[in-house]
Amino acid sequence: MIQVHDIHKSFGTLEVIKGVSFEVNKGEVVCIIGPSGSGKSTILRCINGLESYQRGAILIEGAKVDPAERSITDIRTQVSMVFQRFNLFPHRTALENVMEGPVFVKKTPRAQARDEAAALLDKVGLGAKLDVYPAKLSGGQQQRVAIARALAMQPKAILFDEPTSALDPELVGEVLTVMRDVAAEGMTMVVVTHEMEFARAVADRVLFLEGGVIVEQGPPQEVLRNPQHPRTQDFLHRVIHPME
Amino acid sequence: MGFWERAADYLPLLMEGVWLTLVVTFFSVLLSTFLGFVWAVMAWTRNPVLVAISRGFVTIIRGIPIIVQLFYIYFVMPEIGINLTAMQAGIIGLGIAYSAYQAENFRAGIEAIDKGQIEAAHSIGMTDQLVMRRVILPQAIRIVMPPFGNTIIMILKDSSLVSTITVAELTRQGQLIAASTFDNMTVFTLVALIYLALSLPLTFLTRHLEKRYSQA
Repeated sequence: MIQVHDIHKSFGTLEVIKGVSFEVNKGEVVCIIGPSGSGKSTILRCINGLESYQRGAILIEGAKVDPAERSITDIRTQVSMVFQRFNLFPHRTALENVMEGPVFVKKTPRAQARDEAAALLDKVGLGAKLDVYPAKLSGGQQQRVAIARALAMQPKAILFDEPTSALDPELVGEVLTVMRDVAAEGMTMVVVTHEMEFARAVADRVLFLEGGVIVEQGPPQEVLRNPQHPRTQDFLHRVIHPME
Repeated sequence: MGFWERAADYLPLLMEGVWLTLVVTFFSVLLSTFLGFVWAVMAWTRNPVLVAISRGFVTIIRGIPIIVQLFYIYFVMPEIGINLTAMQAGIIGLGIAYSAYQAENFRAGIEAIDKGQIEAAHSIGMTDQLVMRRVILPQAIRIVMPPFGNTIIMILKDSSLVSTITVAELTRQGQLIAASTFDNMTVFTLVALIYLALSLPLTFLTRHLEKRYSQA
């Protein structure tokens, strides 16, 4: 459903993605891991048309992602994104944040959107926080609202860009649990993460990215437990034993 | 005759001027707000032509004294076939001149909105137009309101500049009365007090807005 063909992307003279190809099938959960600066987030942002790319093609169910085209807004209603820093609308309540897309983009009747948004917030454990503004919510709660906001668009896939990296450690679990539940319902997901535990438990496939190329990929038990490439081994070693 | 008797003589004429001062101020605020918003939105788009037009315009306008702009519109435009009444020229001149300052204010308000929110809005399929209306403007207005109040006060005071192109507003009326009575002291004291009386409520309003929006 998501096809990434030989993507190249440069910022000025710095080439950050040097030919990346992969596919994500319907209902699949793909985790992208790798050191910072490896291009993980950039790929995700390219898939959602937040960044342009110079070469190659990204297709969502056959439609090309091109940020310069009008079609991009259509594609974005089919692929939602959850950000590292939540990016909720601070001037709107949790409920309004979730309703915003359905009401103003999909033109869902307000009453229906309200009910659906309330149900989604209930599902992510925030049924008691409907009328609370983001500033009064913890990071973990804000990120769960953001996930509900993404789900409200009834997308075909959700992209997660390091969704737990800005959270205090004790709040990571509540967000990962919600993501696991979303995955269990069959949502197609691409997750850039440093949470190896999550990748191991939830991912169908793990891509290890370094220096703008996919170094290794496969099922989590292979890539994470028995990495073949020395750079994957080195990265995982540093993540699991940071003090050595 | 004491000050108050003379003041009572001049006041009816001055009040005619006050009316025109308010009219010029009101329409200049409207025009400058509208144009300033247009320049700010043009600068916000990623369209290089629109950005260049907006930047160029604001730079040129800010580099020319308002009084020269007024002379240009009132005295030069007729030579290329555009005839405006003094009132029209005054409102258009002040409106255009102040649109440059308003644009800077609006631009600052728009740019103060976190880019992440704009990306999030795009990621749920919002068009630029919708992002502007639903995400940027409701937040930018809080940032923009206090300086906007100050701009209104400045336009009120600078509306006196249109006296130079023969609009019989407050300052012009004062000059005319002073010229015929030689009573500069009474006339210009009154003129000053009237401007103060007009601007004080705006000053308090601006302070109120500053307080209200800094809490939110």
